[in-house]
Amino acid sequence: MNADRPQERRVTRERFRELIEERWPTVVHSIVDLANATIELDCPRRLLRELCQGLFHDFDLAFAGLTVEEDASEWKLRYVFYGDGEAGWVHVLARAPLDDTRFPSIVESVHAADWHERVAEDLYGLQFEGHPRLGDFVLHDDVWQEGVEPMRRGFDAEAAMHQRQPNTDWRPVRVVEESGAFVMPIGPKFSGVTESVHFLLETVGEDVIRTSTRRYYKWRAIEKLAEGKSAADALLLAERFAATTAFAHGFAYCRAAEAIAGTVVPPRARLLRVLLAELERLRHHAGAIQEICESCAFAVASSHAGIVEEDLLRASGQLTGHRYLFGVLAPGGLACDLTTPACRTTLAQAQEARIALGALLRELSISSSFLDRLEEVGVIPLRTARAYSLVGPVARASSYLRDLRRARPYPGYEDLEFDVPSEEEGDGYARLRLLFSEAEQSVRIIEQVVARLPEGPVRAPFEPPGGGALGWVEAPRGGTFAWLRLDASGVVVRYRPVTPSFINWHAFQLGAEKFAFQDFPIILSTFDLSVAENDL
Amino acid sequence: MSEWVIKGLVAGIRTTVYPKAPERAPGTTPGFPAGGEFGRGASELASRCPTGALAARGGTIDVDERRCIHCYRCVRGVERPLGWDRGYEWATQAHSREGLATGSERPALGRPYRKSIHVIVVDAGDCGACLNEVRQLNNPYYNMHRLGFFVTPTPRHADVLLVVGPVTDHMRVALRKIYDAMPTPKCVVAVGACALSGGVFAGSFTCKRGVADVLPVEVEVPGNPPPPLAILHGLLVAAGRAAPARRRGVPEDGEATAASRASAGAGE
Repeated sequence: MNADRPQERRVTRERFRELIEERWPTVVHSIVDLANATIELDCPRRLLRELCQGLFHDFDLAFAGLTVEEDASEWKLRYVFYGDGEAGWVHVLARAPLDDTRFPSIVESVHAADWHERVAEDLYGLQFEGHPRLGDFVLHDDVWQEGVEPMRRGFDAEAAMHQRQPNTDWRPVRVVEESGAFVMPIGPKFSGVTESVHFLLETVGEDVIRTSTRRYYKWRAIEKLAEGKSAADALLLAERFAATTAFAHGFAYCRAAEAIAGTVVPPRARLLRVLLAELERLRHHAGAIQEICESCAFAVASSHAGIVEEDLLRASGQLTGHRYLFGVLAPGGLACDLTTPACRTTLAQAQEARIALGALLRELSISSSFLDRLEEVGVIPLRTARAYSLVGPVARASSYLRDLRRARPYPGYEDLEFDVPSEEEGDGYARLRLLFSEAEQSVRIIEQVVARLPEGPVRAPFEPPGGGALGWVEAPRGGTFAWLRLDASGVVVRYRPVTPSFINWHAFQLGAEKFAFQDFPIILSTFDLSVAENDL
Repeated sequence: MSEWVIKGLVAGIRTTVYPKAPERAPGTTPGFPAGGEFGRGASELASRCPTGALAARGGTIDVDERRCIHCYRCVRGVERPLGWDRGYEWATQAHSREGLATGSERPALGRPYRKSIHVIVVDAGDCGACLNEVRQLNNPYYNMHRLGFFVTPTPRHADVLLVVGPVTDHMRVALRKIYDAMPTPKCVVAVGACALSGGVFAGSFTCKRGVADVLPVEVEVPGNPPPPLAILHGLLVAAGRAAPARRRGVPEDGEATAASRASAGAGE
């Protein structure tokens, strides 16, 4: 993987376009949407690998996901890349007639696309030539028959052919073949209150050599469920598929819907959305800190963090009626106005949380037995973070700075002052410190929002014509991307969320290599991964 | 380490007074729409509900809490909103609801289990919210240990199986194995709208419409997600230490209903 300084960074947007046109002159036809800093490149399949490799390595763009769309006549594969500053968004489109399902795999050069291709293969039956390992991903082989392609049009969910008597003798694939090596299976049900996911720790006795994960135990097929729903009803799904960060996913969904409709969200709603998004980040980070303390069996610290989390859950409930902020968002703005005095109360509560967290960090940073367990565990180096296009606190703790609020700013954040904290070590302790500093920045943002909250309506009329658009938001766990396509009557044709946990789970196995058994829960908690966010 | 001790003393006791007295702190519960007499426009309002939790009978609106997903469409963006009930004692016993048994307060587990119950928590496709609320039961505010509830990772030690999520096909085998591995007497507590009716995921081809499709459910805790207090109430019902709620919205002479309304003082 090319970890050197990229050759062509920090160019103006025009220069960036020219560079792309110079390098791939004859084949690339570009649609440019300067308002959204988006370039769409129509790429023939034979050039796909070269183009994606160039964008990823030479232009230092990050990979934000692959969305497959099947329309009446052809496949449309949309590879989304993004960079900070002038680079903007680059959508690479690969098309093929419906009866031709072979596409070149870009995994060899863009490793971040690995799982995206596996998902597309599993759900659509596409073949990615050159991909090292396909199959048994979303649809578990022990439950589903071969040849089930649920995201295809015309898929009959009621048909009996794929009903499925789970095979209890099924065993997952092992990788380590060393003599004396054995596998320690964990999950899907493990430990106290945890989400369902399966780990295979391959070991020769004391130390774990490598870890692999099996996910999608919680697969509810929300992409399929969203099809045919109205834009407002699909929002209910967007909020509820991973509810610990419900607002962020709903926000990304609304931004996509509003981009299609060309809706301008009123200024008050714009700022209130920022307030709610930051409140959610603050609450989520307090919870993540609590889980890290708990994974180290540090009960006192865990209790103190737990108090902060519950305080913030109550603050959310007091402000919006719901502890996880359900039902506040609406395409076009907010479903209800929040009074300015209520926002001031929330601000005071957030400031209290900042004081409590600051005190907690001071104590934690001098508790040496606690630090011993966090330092140098689950290390993710910068080159890995880049190769996997990691997002969120996990990426920034390895000094890979991609914060969508900065890299690709969206309405509400333009005039706000805040820092994007980063750490260099990339270990568990760096990730913990980063959670604390981000929580502090969130309170700083809430302060500014409450100080300058304008009066006015909170909802603009929303009447979407047909079309497709990308919505993006920096969720608490990292960048979340939602591709949405509506038909002319405003019904959802395709909703594809690419979530931070889906991206970061991919790199988890690299953080969980060559460690002692007792570190496993610590590594897991510092990665701050949601299974629901991955399993969709 | 003395700093931690001082810090603990300064923080003081935060634990809720519930179940001895009602908890009145704001933001502890999302509440439910309150059914009852509504008058004109009842069927129009009920039709706004995306999951069919509201049903109009003439001018009366019935609320099926098991289906409610807190979308607030019956109170936001309407001229005349439905009433709102901020209680949290929502857990019902499946028997009394279906009218199969007498509706008595027969505890799901026997008397010996009243003061000590081990709970195994299984995520069968949950969105994370119900699970996070279960997690809050261990924090100082709710501290379920004081009531004799303990989370155990192994089914062999478990008396109560607490299930969240609509039960996905991929989790069916694991859930069944866990249930079978538990010693009797055992009690299944289904927590959250998804575990009771499928919630927003009802109709997906990859999951069931709740735990009752797979296992016999004893105690139902509605909510999306139910707040920690509601889950605590559910565990108390399973232990036979609290009266189950009756289904509200349905005119009944349930005292539990009146009690839970009276204790629902907490407001905005």
